[in-house]
Amino acid sequence: MAKVHILPIEYPDKSNLPELANAVANEFRWPVVVDEQPFDMQFALDERRKQYNSSQILVALHSVPIGTDDKIIAVTTYDLFIPILTFVFGEAQLDGPTAVVSIFRLRQEFYGLPLDNTLLEKRLIKETIHELGHTFGLHHCSNYTCVLNASTYVEEIDLKSQHFCDRCRQEIELKTRVPL
Amino acid sequence: MNQTVSILIVDDEESVRHSLYNWFREDGYVVGVAKDAYDALEQMEKTKWDILLLDIRMPGMDGLELQRRIRQVNTDVIIIIMTAYASVDTAVQSLKEGAYDYVVKPFNPDNLSHLIRNATEQLSLKSENTQLRNNIRQISCGDEIVGQSPQMRRIMELVQTVAPSDSTVVIRGESGTGKEMIARAIHCHSPRRYFPIVPVNCGALPETLLESELFGHEKGAFTGAQTRRKGRFEMADRGTLFLDEIGNISPKMQMELLRVLESKQFSRVGGNQTIQVDVRIICATNKNLEKAVEDGEFREDLYYRINVFTIILPPLRERKSDIPLLAQHFLRKYASSMNKSITEIAPEAMNLLVQHQWPGNIRELENAIERAMVVGKPPTLKAEDLPFQLTAQSGTDESQPITLEEIEKKHIAQILKKTNWNISRAAELLKIDRVTLYNKIKKFQLRK
Repeated sequence: MAKVHILPIEYPDKSNLPELANAVANEFRWPVVVDEQPFDMQFALDERRKQYNSSQILVALHSVPIGTDDKIIAVTTYDLFIPILTFVFGEAQLDGPTAVVSIFRLRQEFYGLPLDNTLLEKRLIKETIHELGHTFGLHHCSNYTCVLNASTYVEEIDLKSQHFCDRCRQEIELKTRVPL
Repeated sequence: MNQTVSILIVDDEESVRHSLYNWFREDGYVVGVAKDAYDALEQMEKTKWDILLLDIRMPGMDGLELQRRIRQVNTDVIIIIMTAYASVDTAVQSLKEGAYDYVVKPFNPDNLSHLIRNATEQLSLKSENTQLRNNIRQISCGDEIVGQSPQMRRIMELVQTVAPSDSTVVIRGESGTGKEMIARAIHCHSPRRYFPIVPVNCGALPETLLESELFGHEKGAFTGAQTRRKGRFEMADRGTLFLDEIGNISPKMQMELLRVLESKQFSRVGGNQTIQVDVRIICATNKNLEKAVEDGEFREDLYYRINVFTIILPPLRERKSDIPLLAQHFLRKYASSMNKSITEIAPEAMNLLVQHQWPGNIRELENAIERAMVVGKPPTLKAEDLPFQLTAQSGTDESQPITLEEIEKKHIAQILKKTNWNISRAAELLKIDRVTLYNKIKKFQLRK
């Protein structure tokens, strides 16, 4: 049976992972497992930028053994980038098996604000569902409450819900019906 | 969400192409990549791209040179220049040469989203603008010139020839031949079509009023001038001024007009500020201007100034082959505006229309059809619906002369019909006595 793998990389505080797995399972109606296998991200480090190239991580995640129709999303504390942009919250292979999301810029402390783990968990859930949505071939959605709405600020992440809008819901239901 | 917008990324760095490709694909754009300028030119030939993201530094041909080449063949595509090395010079250069924007790598994701969103907005505004311009053209040029006769074909050729230039045109022809329609056709086919065509009926206004109408006036210029008013010349700026009945203007106005036509400058009545306008002049007249010049009624210098290109419209009676087409055109026009389902003209009615001399030309024909449409009943317009039914002499074709006797016969028959064969009443109307009328009925073998 196809499932979603959550792979924590350089992610010391795993307390929010059970809730994340639960939210992903509810949204995609697929089984979700939190994998505990070592994965070294140093190859993706850009020394000059002090950031990790998310596109390279997506390619490397193919080496993690998962089922044919499974999806895998890495969650990390490292700051991510793609060469053309100053940063990304996450990246996914459109209609592919791999995705990655970082909490580096989801934390309130990054913006000089007091730590807020509840808010961080909500943001992590939304960004994880968002990136996984892309792995099922879905594009950004113009509905600002839909989890697939594009966010370039954390405030925009806070504005949207952790659920798909009706239109994206219909699409995701078709896409998640893979042969069991 | 942006399936219709296509973006081509041109960059020699594979990682840049790859990241932008993925980023835009997530937004639903159609995305393509080119590894250098030559690859980009090849792809531009194969496919139509809406937005181009060009790296400025590429081996072989750089982004600026590529932009120049693209601009020579495609002015619509939106070009955004990317560079890792910001310099004011290159930024200014690229913008001068038509780039939409200039961005420094790496971009803030929000800036990139905004940039593309604005470019997409510009694309949709451009396409909306094109569509609106077409609509304007359809609306303002909607009254097409109807006619397939050799004379009308020749006139349409002349319209097409003179329209793109700024030359003054004189349209001559009898009243009702469609001089204003031709003026509008010239305007609609000219580069000035997105600006107004302003008609002025010079013959309908007294001298002082015409001066104020053409040049405008300042507040207090004359009694009743309570506000400043723009004249028709100003209103027609960048468009066309149509001076109808130019042959009827006073000598003073002829002089004023000549001065403005020469200098394209004037002042409002009561004002001293010089106003410059860019106006094309189209004049129309049903007068014989040459004779008016000879008689000293029309200034010779103005005549030569306006008489650059002349279009002479034939009277309707000289292009009878167009009458059925025109009649059908007006039938459709009034059937639609009156919401009446009259769809055809009976052959005998059409014969009458073709035989008629139309001294009032197309205007008279249009009025005749309009009136007939009011009284006519669907689905066919009949001969009896036409207004000139009872006035046989006006419906007589000059090319088929008839005798006085025939006219007398027809006239008596019509009066008898009108009075329902009341002999006393008919004799009274004909101003003859009853015995004479009886004799004529017998002579012409008229029957009830």
